[in-house]
Amino acid sequence: MSDTSAPTNSLVERTRSIDAGGPVVAVGFVGPKGRETAAFALGEETVLLAGDDGTERHVPVHGGGILGAAGDGSRLITGGDDGRVMATAPDGTTTEIAADAKRRWIDNVAVGRDGVVAWSAGKQAFVRTAKGETRTTEVGSTVGGLAFAPKGLRLAIAHYGGASLWFPNAQTAPETLEWKGSHVGVTFSPDGRFLVTSMQEPALHGWRIADGKHMRMSGYATKVKSVSWTADGRELATAGADTLVLWPFHGKDGPMGQQPRLLAPTANLIVAVACHPAQAVTAVGFDNGLVLLVRLEDSAEIVVRHPGGGAVSALAWNAAGTRLGFGTEGGSAGLLAL
Amino acid sequence: MTDKIPVTVLTGYLGAGKTTLLNRILSEPHGFRFAVIVNEFGEIGIDNDLVVSADEEVFEMNNGCLCCTVRGDLIRIIEGLMRRRGKFDAIVVETTGLADPAPVAQTFFVDADVGKAAKLDAVVTVADAKWLRDRLKDAPEAKNQIAFADVILLNKTDLVGPDELLDVEAHVRAINPYARLHRTERCSIPIAEVLGRNAFDLDRILEIEPAFLEKDEHHDHGHGHDHDHHDGCDCGHDHDHGHHHDDHGHGHGLKHYHDEHIQSVSIKTDRPLDPDKFFPWIQKLVAEEGPKILRCKGILSFKDDPDRFVFQGVHMILDGDHQRPWRDDETRDSRLVFIGRELPEKLIRDGVERCFAS
Ligand SMILES: [Zn+2]
Ligand SMILES: [Zn+2]
Repeated sequence: MSDTSAPTNSLVERTRSIDAGGPVVAVGFVGPKGRETAAFALGEETVLLAGDDGTERHVPVHGGGILGAAGDGSRLITGGDDGRVMATAPDGTTTEIAADAKRRWIDNVAVGRDGVVAWSAGKQAFVRTAKGETRTTEVGSTVGGLAFAPKGLRLAIAHYGGASLWFPNAQTAPETLEWKGSHVGVTFSPDGRFLVTSMQEPALHGWRIADGKHMRMSGYATKVKSVSWTADGRELATAGADTLVLWPFHGKDGPMGQQPRLLAPTANLIVAVACHPAQAVTAVGFDNGLVLLVRLEDSAEIVVRHPGGGAVSALAWNAAGTRLGFGTEGGSAGLLAL
Repeated sequence: MTDKIPVTVLTGYLGAGKTTLLNRILSEPHGFRFAVIVNEFGEIGIDNDLVVSADEEVFEMNNGCLCCTVRGDLIRIIEGLMRRRGKFDAIVVETTGLADPAPVAQTFFVDADVGKAAKLDAVVTVADAKWLRDRLKDAPEAKNQIAFADVILLNKTDLVGPDELLDVEAHVRAINPYARLHRTERCSIPIAEVLGRNAFDLDRILEIEPAFLEKDEHHDHGHGHDHDHHDGCDCGHDHDHGHHHDDHGHGHGLKHYHDEHIQSVSIKTDRPLDPDKFFPWIQKLVAEEGPKILRCKGILSFKDDPDRFVFQGVHMILDGDHQRPWRDDETRDSRLVFIGRELPEKLIRDGVERCFAS
């Protein structure tokens, strides 16, 4: 067992601390590759843009709380309790992508390729295609999570009783993968073979899409609120335990009958994970505010941020893996430059 | 850690006056700021951007048990509201007339994030004095709402005569002898009788004597306000509790009914309990009989333990803790209360007896 304070290797000196001024909901990198701006979605109204040149700018985006955010490389897409889906560009320009007719909360947003955006309000899921057309479908309960498939225009919608796979450009109704319980988040494996949901219970559920075969992944201490695929796509890194849990997805049966790898055991709960886009390294955020980098081959740990400022609530890399953005529930944010 | 946001749940059968009460809570000058979760948008007459409409999605947990349910929409909404937690002091959840309060209550004990951010304050049920007896016959939902309540407003008392009112109260007491019962017209009641009750706070499980044993259950004080309440009025207004004692319809005047579906079991004993027997027993009881137990609570005296132990439960969920040392001037009695549907009374009574310390 290593202690959370034990790693002596530290990158704290290479981080820039940012006082966000409010709880951080999510972070994404937007703008030209190598010169991205970090966009932090805050709990209320605001997106904080932190440029590589040290500038910080608070941009008012929503007339209320920000419920979800996702970056597509050029813009940060946010959904608010004001019923609007907004896009914030690195220069601070904001564009309304959609406004819900009944001003319902926009509970989830997701981004695909070529500027495609998805969002949900209540039981309805929406997709704005690259051509600017809006498609919609409805599932049996409030949408818990959205994710685009790695290939083609296909959206996974998590809900009570399972997840639905929807082709927004087809006339057919979504196909449902069933599993009892409430599914509150969803992700596709990078090779598109598996779909994994996080559940209201402390567990993940997976399906092999080709034949609907089930995979149960349990043993967590809490709800799994953050997952991330490793750079090689072979493993799914997950939060929700006091150790980094990695499930194997490289075999043809995925994690069926397999044990996960457990790295970086600590005394604290992991609440956020973000895998480096190229290297076998995962950034790990804890409920006490600590952020570590964990090397997946030998579990070596490097401190990025010391504890404090509440639980880590946002964690993301830029596309090149040269910047790591993080934020906490207490309103602390920061950037690591590698 | 900042304080948890208190959550009041308003229930009541269709037409009882729930929305009237909600509008009163929101419009009275009390200085509280509310976030409101309503079931139908547009019904409330107050302009508030923290009004959220809910779908009342009752989700079963993955254990396959029918009573282990939560309100999935509530988990999502409370998480979302917490983004704006500086903007309100309390949350009011209005349920539909047909709602079962248990999934709402269970949400606060089952979901760790909700439990960390918010705490259930009380279940407040509004009942129509004129029609309640009919609803108790034909609407199991109405009966559930009365049985589950911490506070009951017997509303529209102006539509019934005094004898009829006493009879309605007797029917309420047959189902729930423990809730605080108020008579109201147009839901007129001091807000402190409805909010800040701490009914689910273990530290506040002070008195679990059934109300009909209290010496002054409801007094018809004929002065300026039109509500009634228990002895020990804490509604904060000036009035003389000493008058008109002659025409009280309290305790001894109340008819006793027994409801054929919902019962309460109340146990009081001065024999100290053995914790090594009690905990396995109560856990087994709620695991096996949980679907029948709507609410339970207790203050316990364990052998060789200087502290009072308090517990409460909803169906299969139990919550308990050592509360504080017994005071010298207190009788070290254990008191337990169960309210439920087809309660196995003998099983419960025999079970407690087997937990006596030797
Ligand atoms: Zn159950
Ligand atoms: Zn009074």
